[in-house]
Amino acid sequence: MKVAYFPGCCYETSAKEYDLSARLVCKHLGIELVEVPDWNCCGSTAAHSTDRLLALALAGRNLALVERMGLTVAAPCAACYQRLALARVELAGDECVRQKVNELTGYAYRGSAQVKSILEVIADLGEEKVKALVKKPLHGLRVAAYYGCLLLRPAEVQIDDPENPQLMDRVLRWTGAEAVDWTHKAECCGASLAVSNEDVVLPMVARILRAARLSGADCLATACAMCHFNLDLRQPKVSRVFGERYHLPVFYFTQLLGLAMGLSRKETNVHKHIVNTRPLLTRVLGEER
Amino acid sequence: MQELLISDQSSDTFCTKLWEESGQDVAECYQCGKCTAGCPLAPAMDLAPNQVMRLAQLGLENEVLNAQAIWLCAYCSTCSVRCPRGIHVAEVMDALRRMARRKGLPGAAKARRVAIFNDNFLATIKRFGRLHEVGSMLLFNLLSGRLFQNADVGYEMFRRGKIKLLIGRIKEIGEIRKIFQAVDKRRGQECPEQGGERK
Repeated sequence: MKVAYFPGCCYETSAKEYDLSARLVCKHLGIELVEVPDWNCCGSTAAHSTDRLLALALAGRNLALVERMGLTVAAPCAACYQRLALARVELAGDECVRQKVNELTGYAYRGSAQVKSILEVIADLGEEKVKALVKKPLHGLRVAAYYGCLLLRPAEVQIDDPENPQLMDRVLRWTGAEAVDWTHKAECCGASLAVSNEDVVLPMVARILRAARLSGADCLATACAMCHFNLDLRQPKVSRVFGERYHLPVFYFTQLLGLAMGLSRKETNVHKHIVNTRPLLTRVLGEER
Repeated sequence: MQELLISDQSSDTFCTKLWEESGQDVAECYQCGKCTAGCPLAPAMDLAPNQVMRLAQLGLENEVLNAQAIWLCAYCSTCSVRCPRGIHVAEVMDALRRMARRKGLPGAAKARRVAIFNDNFLATIKRFGRLHEVGSMLLFNLLSGRLFQNADVGYEMFRRGKIKLLIGRIKEIGEIRKIFQAVDKRRGQECPEQGGERK
């Protein structure tokens, strides 16, 4: 299966391990990812908060490039997914807006591109196919699947139920891990405000970590570069500010899939995180060879 | 106590303006408060989301556009999927941000920082076609007058090889610049984004 791949701007920096693990896991699963040639930033929150047409044009250029490839596009980053998917809906539904956007981009986009998150692409393969590749089941690992907001809302682009999503839980169970039931899986972590107003965001991160710990989870899994950045990188600070000691490793779901499929910890880059993942992975998978 | 002037006419005018910018009719809101109940940012806001909706209904344009709340909304859209009147509240907030931004940089500190962050983010996209994480953060620190904020975060990222100082431009950067130029030129001309009539 061939899928167009939209890495997103963080793929070489803050979300390096997401990009690398997504590529490796897809390769093992027989999904051929073809990078969208000369893609540009999806525009993210900054563009849609500033100018509606700018947001549509930045996403629209990417959609036009994808349409030329004749493939469905998959984005690992939830923010990229949401922007591309929302633009797809708007440009497919409104010819007048599409024309305006085409004038801005200089492309003749017809509105036919399909957009998916990498989580959907992998989940679509089905239990049998994924389970067949699991060589080192993650038995004994209790994971809190954290979806955040961008994959679940607004309604036009939701990949699962916005109040009680199960898609990532299901995929994680295929690895042999236990996906815990918990309260904050669909709550926003506030990442888009983290640089501008960290004081506002820290309590939001704290609420999510608290809920994950209460559920008995050993770690969190995410499918969003921004959530990961916020929950992992700010965890020591949350511990400091609120006087609560957290040690909850935050994985990309692709890293856990990769480990279960027999990829090494080095290949899945689990050492790149701020919260040390070694003690937990040693407990679950044994000493690293 | 501050005196506010409320009239049917200003209310209707503002509801229509907002409808053109967002495709949402705030007059439909019946103030159940569900948006506020589920909003993870409501505790940090000066006006709760349902209050923003009410002031917008009443046509109190200045009060709404000067609120910090519209800038603290993260567009997580929990409000939108729960609204019993089917109003995409997050889209209303987004539209209010755009309207406020056209009137200039917001004055209140928290709101101003969000707007500056957005401006920097877009400036790096205009230049490179993609986000320059470090450049955008440093520029933000400089312009928001807090030089060392997030320095701890930056250091941890650097140690893990997650910082790249140089980023390449996309090949067709000219196409991106053209988009920005055209949008800049268009701004200011009032032009309804939504087709059709408000009920």
